[in-house]
Amino acid sequence: MSKLKALRPYFLVAPQTIVLLIFLVLPIVLIGVVSFWEFNGYSMTPAFTLDNYRGVLTSSVTLDTYLNTFKYVVLVWAVCLAMAFPVAYFLSFCIDNPRLQVILFLICTIPFWTSNIIRMIAWIPVLGREGLVNQALTGLGLVETPVAWLLYSDFAVVVGLVYLYAFFMIAPIFNSLMRIDRRLITAAQDMGASGFQILKEVILPLAAPGISIGSIFVVTLVMGEFITVRLMGGGQSASVGKLINTQIGSLQYPLAAANAVVLLAVTLLLVVLILRTVDVRKEM
Amino acid sequence: MPESSTSISPDVGPDTRSDLSPDMHLEATSSTSAAATAEKATGVSLRAVTKKYGPVVAVQDISIDVAAGTYCCLLGPSGCGKTTTLRMIAGHEEITYGDVFIGGRRVNALPPVKRDTAMVFQSYALFPHKTVWDNVDFGLKMQRLDRQARRQRVGEILDIVGLSDFAQRKPDNLSGGQQQRVALARALVTRPQVLLLDEPLSALDETLRVRTRGELRRLQKQFGLTFIQVTHAQDEAFSLSDQIVVMGDGHVDQVGTPQRIFNRPASRFVANFMGDNNLFEGNVTQVEADGEVAIAQLEVPQLGKFTCQAEVAPDVGMEAAFCIRADRMQVTRRGELPEQTTNHLSARITAIEFTGYITRVALLAEATGQELLYKARTQDWLARDLQEGQVVELYWTTEAANFLSH
Repeated sequence: MSKLKALRPYFLVAPQTIVLLIFLVLPIVLIGVVSFWEFNGYSMTPAFTLDNYRGVLTSSVTLDTYLNTFKYVVLVWAVCLAMAFPVAYFLSFCIDNPRLQVILFLICTIPFWTSNIIRMIAWIPVLGREGLVNQALTGLGLVETPVAWLLYSDFAVVVGLVYLYAFFMIAPIFNSLMRIDRRLITAAQDMGASGFQILKEVILPLAAPGISIGSIFVVTLVMGEFITVRLMGGGQSASVGKLINTQIGSLQYPLAAANAVVLLAVTLLLVVLILRTVDVRKEM
Repeated sequence: MPESSTSISPDVGPDTRSDLSPDMHLEATSSTSAAATAEKATGVSLRAVTKKYGPVVAVQDISIDVAAGTYCCLLGPSGCGKTTTLRMIAGHEEITYGDVFIGGRRVNALPPVKRDTAMVFQSYALFPHKTVWDNVDFGLKMQRLDRQARRQRVGEILDIVGLSDFAQRKPDNLSGGQQQRVALARALVTRPQVLLLDEPLSALDETLRVRTRGELRRLQKQFGLTFIQVTHAQDEAFSLSDQIVVMGDGHVDQVGTPQRIFNRPASRFVANFMGDNNLFEGNVTQVEADGEVAIAQLEVPQLGKFTCQAEVAPDVGMEAAFCIRADRMQVTRRGELPEQTTNHLSARITAIEFTGYITRVALLAEATGQELLYKARTQDWLARDLQEGQVVELYWTTEAANFLSH
């Protein structure tokens, strides 16, 4: 009886634990298991072989794909940060009215009110050859022929990804900026700090945990991206996620699983690197 | 009269004293140090200063002079405009009308750092991501002093406040008292002429507050600076200040030495704010000028006529009030009133509260229903052998009662 009572608090977390076990841990374990199976081009058989990993790690395609994915990660991360920090700063420091703050913050979430794929497809009439941007450019006489690299290019992929994930950077930075005691700014002014010095010495260090949490979101999300890369990149652009997706499409499950495990490992490594640079415990 | 600094020393516990450098004691116990450095220090003057937030007037037309090298407290209840006033002196709040002079220089348009002031913020506003050393170093770094000078000055000031051993700690890992000293060091390291302190003791517990009062006073004397401190606690203002500015509702009610404010409140507001005052409303019936002071007689409805001392002779017939402090009254049984007592009234004891050294007695003036307070040394009170419910006579001298014109 008393044993049951002691277990009672754990009932509160039991549903979430079960969901995570079934839908997160179990699939990952399965992927891990399958990644060691044998595959002969038609069927897979349970086994313990490192052939799949050998295939992944020795293929030049893998390296190129990772390099291309890192390129997206770095570009999207940099653009997201460059966009998100000013927005978060504006929301937290320039808007005094808490009500307006909430409203403007909610406006930032509007893109999330519809599905990712629809949002991506919506870019096509904007960036396409006959799209809005090109029509405007030719209409104004700025270019002779429509700009081709607007859609189905790395540019388009980065635009799409930034559009999808910028908010994941805005929210944590906004959160950490909101926590900054405004008297610290006054104190810094009192001691003669200029606007830039206040940013560098006070605001940025205190926003660092938020920046790093936002970076974790953006980096992990972009690392696993394939839909945006496929829709916005056309056939040319490659990413690890798309590669895995293609392998699954051709039923090469063990190879895809091995690739997924490597991707997971690389992504976790990136997260560890980010956590090493900034102590995020204060945000928790 | 400023209190002698030596009288503060016993308040300071042995553990803090050991933190302080020996020459600090020398400075602190030398009564001439303030005078010797007064020339160096800078005074502050406010001329008809007003602060409006839209239609709301936070500070109305105040003029204050704080002489160089004095410790001045802006005392008042919350929302009286004292912090706004301090922030206007510091340059963190724009002045709507009027002028602020620091060392004779009009500083209205100058940024904080150009005003020769430094501020100690309420709950300190220390940078949580910087060490104690970097917090103190911040101002010097912003002013682009060379590394050598910065290291020397930060080291010196940390030594003075007794925090040398904590230089590498973050503020979160310090006690409240230590944080307070970091805030002081951070403000003093830039060598300001005027130190502005916003409720510097309010985050400390009672014991530490009393101890830190002594330290503040000592630092002020040691550096010979002008200190302007905002506080809502009268004991703090009394023990620290050379000059108190009592503020209420956006304006200055009274300026004076602690003794003066305590003994001769100038208005009903000040008398009430000081607490433990009994106020009586009435009409002036007679005035006698007597050299420096005037003696006014007031008629209080249903209680009779009372005399009190006034700074300036009031007009006969005007509505006014007087106050008598709870500890300046005498109490006696009915019919045992001494002869020739001009001021007396009878009241019933409603409650007796023992607080230690002092016993507080609540009474009711039965003629008017006014609640009164009497305070006596517990020892004296017990000797009287008076009980709750008894009707007694309260009496006082003319000189103890204080005329209030507004």
